[in-house]
Amino acid sequence: MHKLLASTYKEFLLVTRDIGGLAVLFLMPLLLVITITTIQDGTFKTLEALKMPLLVVDNDQGKVSQSIFDSFNASDQFEVVRNNDENEVQKLVQKGDYQLAIVIPANLSRDLQLKVEENVAGIIAKFGMEEDTLPLATAKLETKEVKLYFDPAAQQAFRISVKSNIDKMISKIESQTIYEAFQEQLTEDETEEIFDTESFINFREIDPNNNQRTIIPNSTQHNIPAWTLFAIFFIILPLGVNMVNEKNQGTFVRLRSQPVSYATVLGGKTLVFLVVSLIQFALMLLVGVYLFPLIGLPTLEITGKLPLLFIVAFFSGLAAIGLGLLLGTIAKTQEQSAPFAATFVVILAAIGGVWVPVFAMPGLMRTLSNLSPMNWALNAFYDVFLRDVGFLEIVPEITWLFVFFVITTLIAIGINHRKNAV
Amino acid sequence: MIHINQLSKKYKGADTFSVSHLDLDIADGEIFGLLGPNGAGKTTLISMLCSLLKPTSGSFTINGCDYSTNPKALKQQIGIVPQEYALYPSLTAYENLMYFGGMYGLKGTDFKNKIASNLETLGLTGFANKKIKTFSGGMKRRVNLISGILHDPTVLFLDEPTVGVDVQSRNVILDHLKRLNALGTTIVYTSHHLNEAEQFCDQVAIIDHGRIVCKGKPTELIAQQSNAHHLEDVFLAITGKALRDHA
Repeated sequence: MHKLLASTYKEFLLVTRDIGGLAVLFLMPLLLVITITTIQDGTFKTLEALKMPLLVVDNDQGKVSQSIFDSFNASDQFEVVRNNDENEVQKLVQKGDYQLAIVIPANLSRDLQLKVEENVAGIIAKFGMEEDTLPLATAKLETKEVKLYFDPAAQQAFRISVKSNIDKMISKIESQTIYEAFQEQLTEDETEEIFDTESFINFREIDPNNNQRTIIPNSTQHNIPAWTLFAIFFIILPLGVNMVNEKNQGTFVRLRSQPVSYATVLGGKTLVFLVVSLIQFALMLLVGVYLFPLIGLPTLEITGKLPLLFIVAFFSGLAAIGLGLLLGTIAKTQEQSAPFAATFVVILAAIGGVWVPVFAMPGLMRTLSNLSPMNWALNAFYDVFLRDVGFLEIVPEITWLFVFFVITTLIAIGINHRKNAV
Repeated sequence: MIHINQLSKKYKGADTFSVSHLDLDIADGEIFGLLGPNGAGKTTLISMLCSLLKPTSGSFTINGCDYSTNPKALKQQIGIVPQEYALYPSLTAYENLMYFGGMYGLKGTDFKNKIASNLETLGLTGFANKKIKTFSGGMKRRVNLISGILHDPTVLFLDEPTVGVDVQSRNVILDHLKRLNALGTTIVYTSHHLNEAEQFCDQVAIIDHGRIVCKGKPTELIAQQSNAHHLEDVFLAITGKALRDHA
């Protein structure tokens, strides 16, 4: 026990005296989470709240294009900029001056009206209510094409979101035109409302938590756990460097000649770096709860969840440390350990679902993500942060994290024994 | 005493043995010098005796303790002063000594007094709370030495303990080692300073190509070699003047 305490104290001194290392351990993760959350929150606002300049070429000049303009103007998403030259518009979008342009085809209003009237006349004729004033379906109308020009740098998610919104808008205009055509045929009184044109089916987002508490997922609730985990797992970098330094300084040689087990040496490192990871986590929570609201980001909601959150952070820290101990045992130089650690954490984060949700990954990656300790930890954090679960529900994830720590540490001890045993 | 029987070490991928079927006995209380050109096998031999390297074959005992059956007991009996400084640069001298002593299970007031006494003897009292990275080479060597002797080892292995230090530091280090030896500590030491070894050692062995090529008291070896006035003459006569560069 005395040797473990002496090892722990030594590690504490080494960590606290490395100011640069401390900055990397504590400040960089905070900067990371603030930066990423601000950017992601800004992206949500761009799509949902901020007005994005939208180039529109109106070749129709009719009722439909006016409806499209009205819809764009009424929406919070776009600020319409008119331009009559499609070639110029194309160039502006290609250059990235605008992210999006829409070209409304000529005669869209007239042809849509004709098409709808033909269809309505056909339906009314079927009911034996044929009207002379309506054209029967004789004209062959070409399908109309609304062109969308996207900045080549625009991401797929943005394109899908915009296309979906415009599709919805045009469908609504089509429906209203149909309703109006029926209205004209069925009543002489223009003020009489036969149809209620408001949407009958609406969506309401409900969080399916057990306590009926409303937890609205936002960029903070998603980012704090994801990037906290990223920071916690980045511990493998300084931990690996710490162990390689011991080999290079010769202190490890002295330790090997002393009556102390490798497990005791690793135990000291584990205790100190575990505390480091918990401090990292606490700082992240403080930033989410107190700093984020001050800089206009959503507040992190942690009421009643702190004990479970720290349990997840504790086991996540252990898993990261196990990986660091293994890396530090295998690596011989800093040139081996540092780049490998940095790259490996990024890979673990990628397959763990930190950037792209696991459900959106291809099949092989989804399978691989099951092997990433960052995925287990992220699921446990989301369980607590967003699904409002109890301790029993996170037991499987924290068990896997603990098993991962035990296995990696045992492998590290085994490798050291094989390399150095006498 | 140290009893070495047919001890060999061949590194992975190497064509030749670094230490080859070596037999050697070192008596209690001796200051024993292991001398040899670069790559002769001195450090490999000491590393095996300090449990840092696994022998390819052969065996050894230190005070009757077999490395293969009771490594922990053997490690408690030996002290090592490696060629590298083997200290944490960002810790103070005192913190380094507390830690390495702690790894032998040392604690309490007696332990702290022992650290203070060794620091004083080696002229480092005023620097106890300074970080090692601010120390000169000679000061680091002295702290390195204290790290290896805090637990009162019966056998002390020193791998070139005076390399890269000034004359003053070397004298302090050698005087302290003589005091330890007078108190009963067996000292096994390697060096390239043959004049130093001639003055300091009771017995020396010259190793070349992993084998002991001669062994005895320095004065006897000088007397046995014609036209030799110093140990260096004996050394060159036996090992030759050709360079021993190796990669």
